[in-house]
Amino acid sequence: MKQKRKKIDYSKWGYIFILPFFVSFFIFSLIPLVDTIRYSFYEYYRSGLKEIGPNFIGMANYASLLKSDMLKYAGNTLILWLIGFVPQIVIALLLASWFVDARLKIRGQQFFKVVIYLPNLIMASAFAMLFFTLFSNKGPINSILLSLGITENPIDFMGTVFGTRTLVGVMNFLMWFGNTTIMLMAAIMGISPDIFEASEIDGCNSVQRFFCITLPLIRPILAYTLITSIIGGLQMFDVPQILTNGQGSPDRTSTTLIMFLNNHLKSKNYGMAGALSVYLFIVSGILCFIVYRITNDEDPDGSKAAAKKNKKGRR
Amino acid sequence: MKKKVVSILLLAAMAASSLTGCGGSNSDSQTSNTSNVGSDSQSSDAVNTDSQPEEGQVINIYSFNDELRTRITAVYSEIESTSEDGTESILKDGSVIRWIINPNQDGVYQDKLDEALNGQLTAAADNKVDIFAAELDYVVKYIDADIDAAMTLESLGINPETDLADQFEFTKTVACDQNGVQRASTWQACPGVLVYRRDIAKEVFGTDDPEEIGKKTKDWAAMKTTAEELKASGYYTFSSYADTFRLYNNSMANAWVAPGETTIKVDQKILDWVTDSKEWKDAGYFDPTVKGQWNSDWFTAMSSSSKVFAFLFPAWGIDTQMVPNWDGEEGSWAVTNAPLSYNWGGTFILAAEGTDNPQHVKDIILALTADTDNLTKISKDYADFTNAKSVMQAAAEDDSFTSDFLGGQNPYTYFTPGADTIKMAPLSAYDQGCVELVQNAFGDYLQDQIDYDKAKENFEIAIRERYPEITEIQWPE
Repeated sequence: MKQKRKKIDYSKWGYIFILPFFVSFFIFSLIPLVDTIRYSFYEYYRSGLKEIGPNFIGMANYASLLKSDMLKYAGNTLILWLIGFVPQIVIALLLASWFVDARLKIRGQQFFKVVIYLPNLIMASAFAMLFFTLFSNKGPINSILLSLGITENPIDFMGTVFGTRTLVGVMNFLMWFGNTTIMLMAAIMGISPDIFEASEIDGCNSVQRFFCITLPLIRPILAYTLITSIIGGLQMFDVPQILTNGQGSPDRTSTTLIMFLNNHLKSKNYGMAGALSVYLFIVSGILCFIVYRITNDEDPDGSKAAAKKNKKGRR
Repeated sequence: MKKKVVSILLLAAMAASSLTGCGGSNSDSQTSNTSNVGSDSQSSDAVNTDSQPEEGQVINIYSFNDELRTRITAVYSEIESTSEDGTESILKDGSVIRWIINPNQDGVYQDKLDEALNGQLTAAADNKVDIFAAELDYVVKYIDADIDAAMTLESLGINPETDLADQFEFTKTVACDQNGVQRASTWQACPGVLVYRRDIAKEVFGTDDPEEIGKKTKDWAAMKTTAEELKASGYYTFSSYADTFRLYNNSMANAWVAPGETTIKVDQKILDWVTDSKEWKDAGYFDPTVKGQWNSDWFTAMSSSSKVFAFLFPAWGIDTQMVPNWDGEEGSWAVTNAPLSYNWGGTFILAAEGTDNPQHVKDIILALTADTDNLTKISKDYADFTNAKSVMQAAAEDDSFTSDFLGGQNPYTYFTPGADTIKMAPLSAYDQGCVELVQNAFGDYLQDQIDYDKAKENFEIAIRERYPEITEIQWPE
């Protein structure tokens, strides 16, 4: 008896403390998730105030989605995401390695960190509204260009495919590069300074140091950034929606997958929207899996093992 | 390995839950709505039955802008005071009007209203919708007899034959359901006119006299010559192709969708609008920087810096759009006849089925849409073209109806004859989507982004997304 008592089990407290999360996850995420999948096999929408369905129609929603322009919108989403992501990761890497470089001794670091993070604090829709006003035909940007004599006629930024996509990309870039920079800075600061010192003694220049030491060692964080950014990119909605007034204009070239989903929800078409969500779910699952495999499975230069050792050593 | 599987699963779950997040807002609003139902839902059922209506304490009025509120507070004498933020008005008998305003854009207003109407039976008495506003574009959706969302005027105790005898006939016809029973009423009729800048008219034509200008705008042929003259002097006739849309749309011979069918028949008039707009745009009669309506570029086109000669508006457009956007001298505009008589818009008020305040609702509807004194007041104070034949006839000859914004001109001399000749295009429940999406799709074409066939295709895609029940789209030969 006494022996048993000595071993006090605290694990129930652990379960109690994580219970709220699982309960709310179950109610607000899992049930809607299962419902979404269930309704994707039904014809279920509203016409005016009349409700039609739910009638079971099997895979018809999936089939008609494949016949629609869904792939075009997937392409749009990918392009819009890339336009924002490529400069974002490049600039963020550059800034992060500058900020943590002990030799550069950049002054006012805190100030810059705050400033580059600021755009992320603005609501995406407000940011899009701001750009919409700035770049409208009679907006301030056009006024400046006209008065400087750079153009004769106002440039119709949002009337062209290139202009609209670039604006969306720039907005996504501006909103997220600060966030990425700070994350990467944390990653670089996690690298032991010994390695940098050793490399310098060996006569390593800054370019070599960046590509041979910093980059391989922050790969887990880079992978994390990539995954979250892909998921965020798949969900891209508010910026193009507001910028194009929900039309995805011109010629639906800036219609993202979620805007496509939203078009179906205008008629409360839960069946079709559900089917689209399931497609998105599968795609994001596959993407996550691929990225995970690429970044984590192989360990060609032994950096992973080194990181592990490093971790162990610190413990 | 196990760890890996678990982490992949976690990632997938994260992705999944974040993806469902978008649709989630819908379910959220639903739950919040049902929570409104509250505890006293049982008592409300008793009130709801039509035998002995006991008046409730709260009158909920759903609307898409504050136009309805200003009009009702102006004419409904029972209102004692309105709170500063405009969300509540207190009546003399102690009951309260709650103003619930959601914007029309992107279907927000209809979403909220539909949600409320669907919960009408179970809602607590104080949360029931009592009165709601509907625009002409979608009023058909709510007066449908099968849905029975709006009460018939007769069941409220209003006899359209006698009580609303002075209203314009077409406003009564469009407010009838498929059985010919009137379910909505409006205080305004919306005959459109052409509103032009006096200073530009003087400069180009040497006169700003509405009668002289009216000759230049009497039909499309004359309009084109005028446009050419304006262009020669560096002015645009209209701001964009969207401005002329209502003239074509309103002269359609058939509804977008015939009752009981699921086929959209695009009218020849719509294609005429496309071809004519293309011609006009290429000729440079439109301001190339303005794309469509209700955006900042369009509003700027109404200001003094703009080179746009004229807008096509009914009375409400002058009051709610032009007056706030004009920054020049008072009295710089004038109205004259449009190339084609047309009707644009109109706000109808409907009594929600299941209201717990039928007496108040009836009083408000009568005060706002049938009382000639009140309608005269609205016309004088808000320059609205009100739905009373006798008042408008009188106003056309009465100099006290002149407008300072129009430089002392009496606009009713042009509105009233327009109203008499209005023939409404047949309506359908799909009008709002069709009108919006056809303008979007062909807007790309008119801006030279896509070709004509692609625009047709885009319209078909968009309309099928909006209305899944549509089976076919027919284009005129």
